[in-house]
Amino acid sequence: MTARRAAFVWSLLLLAAFVVFAAALALGSVAISPWQAILALVHVPAHGGSGAQAGDLAGEIVRTLRLPRAVAGFSCGALLALAGALLQVLLRNPLAEPYVLGVSGGAAAFAVAALLAGCAWWLVDAAAFAGAVLSIALVLGLARREFWRGEPQEASPRLLLTGVVVATGWGAAITLCIALAPDDRLRGIVFWLTGDLNGAANPWPALVALIVALAVCVPVAPQLNVLLRGDALASSLGVPASRLRLRIYVVASLAAAASVTTAGTIGFVGLVVPHALRLVLGNDQRMLVPASTLAGGVAVMAADLLARTVIAPAQLPVGVVTALVGVPVFLWMLLRRRR
Amino acid sequence: MKSLTNAPGARTPSLCAQHLTLRVGERTLLEDFTHTFYPGEIWCVAGPNGAGKTTLMMTLAGLLRPAGGQIEVDGERIDAWPSAALARRRALMPQTSHDAFDARVLDIVLLNRFPHLTGWGWERPADRAAAHAALAALGLESLAARDVLSLSGGERQRVALAAALCQEAPLLLLDEPLAFLDWHHQIACLTALVDWTRFLPRTIIFSCHDLNLARRFATHALLLEGNGIAHSGAARDVLTPALASRAFGYPLVLIEQNGYEALVPALPDAPR
Repeated sequence: MTARRAAFVWSLLLLAAFVVFAAALALGSVAISPWQAILALVHVPAHGGSGAQAGDLAGEIVRTLRLPRAVAGFSCGALLALAGALLQVLLRNPLAEPYVLGVSGGAAAFAVAALLAGCAWWLVDAAAFAGAVLSIALVLGLARREFWRGEPQEASPRLLLTGVVVATGWGAAITLCIALAPDDRLRGIVFWLTGDLNGAANPWPALVALIVALAVCVPVAPQLNVLLRGDALASSLGVPASRLRLRIYVVASLAAAASVTTAGTIGFVGLVVPHALRLVLGNDQRMLVPASTLAGGVAVMAADLLARTVIAPAQLPVGVVTALVGVPVFLWMLLRRRR
Repeated sequence: MKSLTNAPGARTPSLCAQHLTLRVGERTLLEDFTHTFYPGEIWCVAGPNGAGKTTLMMTLAGLLRPAGGQIEVDGERIDAWPSAALARRRALMPQTSHDAFDARVLDIVLLNRFPHLTGWGWERPADRAAAHAALAALGLESLAARDVLSLSGGERQRVALAAALCQEAPLLLLDEPLAFLDWHHQIACLTALVDWTRFLPRTIIFSCHDLNLARRFATHALLLEGNGIAHSGAARDVLTPALASRAFGYPLVLIEQNGYEALVPALPDAPR
């Protein structure tokens, strides 16, 4: 991988992001041309008259319905894929994904409890974020020694086990809530657990989280390549292994938390997008971290476009689409490769 | 062996252990060990399993804090060195390497150029040239494009050694570089290492279980007994039947034939 090749990959993904973004603004129950949709973002028609009225309606749809949803989709997908790529490096394990260390479990348990109590949507979001942060703190507290311990013991298996066990505990709490929930609340709970962008009215915190996470991770991407080869080699090459591990754990967890808070537990993106790119482009983190971020955003934004147009006017939870489309595509990519 | 201990003119020490004490749990592996390593020297660290060879290598590399004493590189305490500058000064080949994901051999070797990278951390042509040269030095050019997960244990080990060479640090610490290697490649690697110290003021310290190869290729030896005692000096003065028998806890004899020598275990029912 060279800088030029990486820049080429990023440009392609950026282009794809723009195309899907324009499509997400243009398509839906009211068809608006992509050009009109993009104009509506910057141009607010304020004149009277019937033509302006229609344009205003289209602009209103784009600005208040489709734009937040597209931005939320992109941000959540990007955050999840970024978190997945980072955790696969941290745990040195191809099966790692954003939810494996219990972040989503904590968020979901709290959110489901809030839904059960019939809280307002913003309280559900707040509960989800609080649950995610609590879960991060719990795993960090329980496994703190695993972060600081260097060779010869490797940190990963115990950290992974701690996270998995905490996640299982949250899972039991969620099942308990569902068992207790009255029927009229179940649909909302199921949609939240599958991942749904329908209620994502305020996508901007997720976008800010994405920008911050990228700013923290991209500069250390070359160090991640070295960290993958073990602590001894990383330290000998001047990479502060323990500090770097802590940094990517915190960033990945908070990224997952931001996404879960915005859109519920959208599955599969965080595991599959980094792997799919790795299969095609190789495992250079300098290229992979930004590329996973872009590709994850494109994937969820496109999946949500499908989720709200395929059986319109009814809508699917976006998590269903990511998994239904993602599973066969990923299996095909994985199995067609012959060594 | 004269030709190996050339060290053209330079007698500035490359590494200095001062009153070094190493402990693991309750056990004292090395007690109050003071020694200076000079350029041009190739040191073999030998000793029984668990005697502290890896602990010593990690401590010499500055990755483990000793229980007592200190390590100095170029006259300065090793923990006072900025990590990037230290990584350009000494390279470590750890005993194990992790390969969870597939990667090209060339990319694995290029990772050791990390201390030389600048800016956004992309390699420059000089880095690629160094990686190809290191692969060529060990006869691995044909593997450059191979997937590291498809390599055999011995091939993987030689790739790790090439990576350490590619770092171009004048002090090379190798933890069991010959593990998994067949006879032919053990000797090829040792020859490459000897060549590597021939023209530039470089020092190699490697741990090894083959005392005969150590006697042939190393200029000096450090024999750890694992109980705090260490013997150091010219390889042939340290790796003697008497000292090695004592360190390994098993009687060894030196046999000679046609100018060749070998330390072999004195098995009880051996024909005499």
